[in-house]
Amino acid sequence: MTEQTSYFFWDLGQYLLNGIAQGSIYALVALGYTMVYGIIRLINFAHGEFYMVGAFVGLFLIQAHLPFLIALPLAMLGSGLLAVMVERLVYRPIRKAGKIQALITALGVSLLLQYLGQNLLGADPRPFPDALENKTYMFGELMISKIQIIIILTTVILMGALRYLVMHTKIGKAMRATSYNLEAAELMGIDTNKVISFTFFVGAALAGAAGVLVGMYYNTVEPMMGLIPGLKAFVAAVLGGIGVIPGAVLGGLVLGVAENLVIGFWVSTYRDAIAFAILIIILLIRPAGLLGRNTREKV
Amino acid sequence: MKTCASVLALLCLAIPLSFAAAPKGEIKVGAVFPMTGPSATFGQESVNGMKMALTSINKKGIKGQSIKVIFEDDKGEPVEAANAVRKLITIDKVLTILGSVASSNTLAGAPIAQEAKIPLITPASTNEKVTMTGDYISRTCFTDDFQGVVMAKFAFETLKKTRAAIIVDNSSDYSKGLTKVFREKFTSLGGTVVGSSDYAYQQKDTDFRSLLQKIKRENPDVVWLPGYYTEAGLILKQAREMGINIPFLGGDGWDSATLQKLAGPEGIKGNYISSHFSSEDKDPMVQSFVKEYTKLYKQAPGAMAALGYDAVLVLADALTRSKSLSSEDIKQAINSTTNFQGITGNITIDKNRNAQKSAVVLETTATGFVFKQKVSP
Repeated sequence: MTEQTSYFFWDLGQYLLNGIAQGSIYALVALGYTMVYGIIRLINFAHGEFYMVGAFVGLFLIQAHLPFLIALPLAMLGSGLLAVMVERLVYRPIRKAGKIQALITALGVSLLLQYLGQNLLGADPRPFPDALENKTYMFGELMISKIQIIIILTTVILMGALRYLVMHTKIGKAMRATSYNLEAAELMGIDTNKVISFTFFVGAALAGAAGVLVGMYYNTVEPMMGLIPGLKAFVAAVLGGIGVIPGAVLGGLVLGVAENLVIGFWVSTYRDAIAFAILIIILLIRPAGLLGRNTREKV
Repeated sequence: MKTCASVLALLCLAIPLSFAAAPKGEIKVGAVFPMTGPSATFGQESVNGMKMALTSINKKGIKGQSIKVIFEDDKGEPVEAANAVRKLITIDKVLTILGSVASSNTLAGAPIAQEAKIPLITPASTNEKVTMTGDYISRTCFTDDFQGVVMAKFAFETLKKTRAAIIVDNSSDYSKGLTKVFREKFTSLGGTVVGSSDYAYQQKDTDFRSLLQKIKRENPDVVWLPGYYTEAGLILKQAREMGINIPFLGGDGWDSATLQKLAGPEGIKGNYISSHFSSEDKDPMVQSFVKEYTKLYKQAPGAMAALGYDAVLVLADALTRSKSLSSEDIKQAINSTTNFQGITGNITIDKNRNAQKSAVVLETTATGFVFKQKVSP
């Protein structure tokens, strides 16, 4: 093998690795989109802000010298509780008002949280303390940082936990039932309000975890940080099939890897163009997304 | 009946006129700066500097009147900047406008000011195109033609580097302008720019690892990164983590204390920028400014604070010299500014309405920017 081709493979590996780390973040955020959509057909545009709030809670806790393993679950709890509050105060009263109203309200919540954040916390990006003493390991030419390993590991663990929660617990069963048919679930004695609150909590907690991980990965936290990842995660959720949990994970990884491959092997300017072209092509071939089921609209 | 109608018509004319005239004793000036968003520290520093200058000017007054500044936030976005300029002209009826920082934002607002014949001075937008908008648009800072050349020469002659990689912020006119100037000068000096095309990113990007990996393969010995501090800080950090230990060079877009925090102690070391002002400058005028500013705001002034301060002083000087407060006369007075001694240097507005003045090269260190050299045009 010539030096050129061996470089090619090392670089390919590096781009894949960077893509998987970035895609894991998209996946964690996308899960919340997809779960909430799955259960009440709402595209919760404020979801990116739950991610931002999680990052800030994590930042403050780590600044207060709490170890990562305590700060992470507390940050998840923080953004989860915020989501429950938003759901109770904002989304629940207008749930019956119609899809467009809910969508506009979600956008409003998103802007409210962004600008409230700027007002309270300042617009300046803040650095994240290096709580884990980041190191870089070399495998031949392949470079992997400790934080990348932690991102991928945390994502895998959280996905596993979510899978267990949804498939093997009572509340998970209630979530699936509510998602399948809200009214019927209610008739069967399921407290759907509670289930919806819980879904918001879980989705936002995952986004909050992503926020903390991203804060450590990039060393920057600011009130507008949820905007772009929120959009990308939304795309990932649609790509994988919105409403389908494994789809969100797959969508996130596909998007992250595609972006990094475009940057690596082509021109970085085309990153978003190519990523979104992939989205369009996949949706043309499979309108319901990669793992989505084609369902007919109920008449 | 006829008299009645004409009285009515007169009233109709009189009402807007009475609104148009500024209240006696106040000269209304609009200011458009990013107070929120990714370049917020630039806007906040500029406004701090401006307020300091205003306090001292309003003690004396101009033509028996004081300056009243109406501040607008452009959020670091061109659309918002254009809206703010339009609002200041049509609703607040300002006589002149100061702003903004990022060239893309000033370029969005400038045509509106030009069309309305309201003089606009930008304290900090360095892209060439800004003042080409028209004769009502001027600036009190140097341009990228100068800044890019200074850094290309610094890379080649002082640092003795020959292989440069360029990373451009594709969403910024400022970055694209500086890229072009640097490339031309660096290659004409005998250096090589590596890679088949520019390495590009967008504002608000956070992941640069794959881009840096690609650059690493080209073996450059210096990187030209004319972006803003928000992304530059992250790029520096990620580059050092990846073992890319060559100097990165930037322009005045890096000149914020936030850069140090984002890049971290390892990332910040051994890079250089060109800027407008160094708080280490021994000039007594600079030192008294630094002292007063630090007392007032509890932090050392960056370049944007100094530029904001100077822009207000230049405007006040022009208003004093101006024959009347008509926009035509104010414009004439601004454009004929010669040898005005500001804290960012000696300001002369040339025939293209750009300021001819010196630049400083600063080294970035973990404790702040360290003065390296001063370069005159």
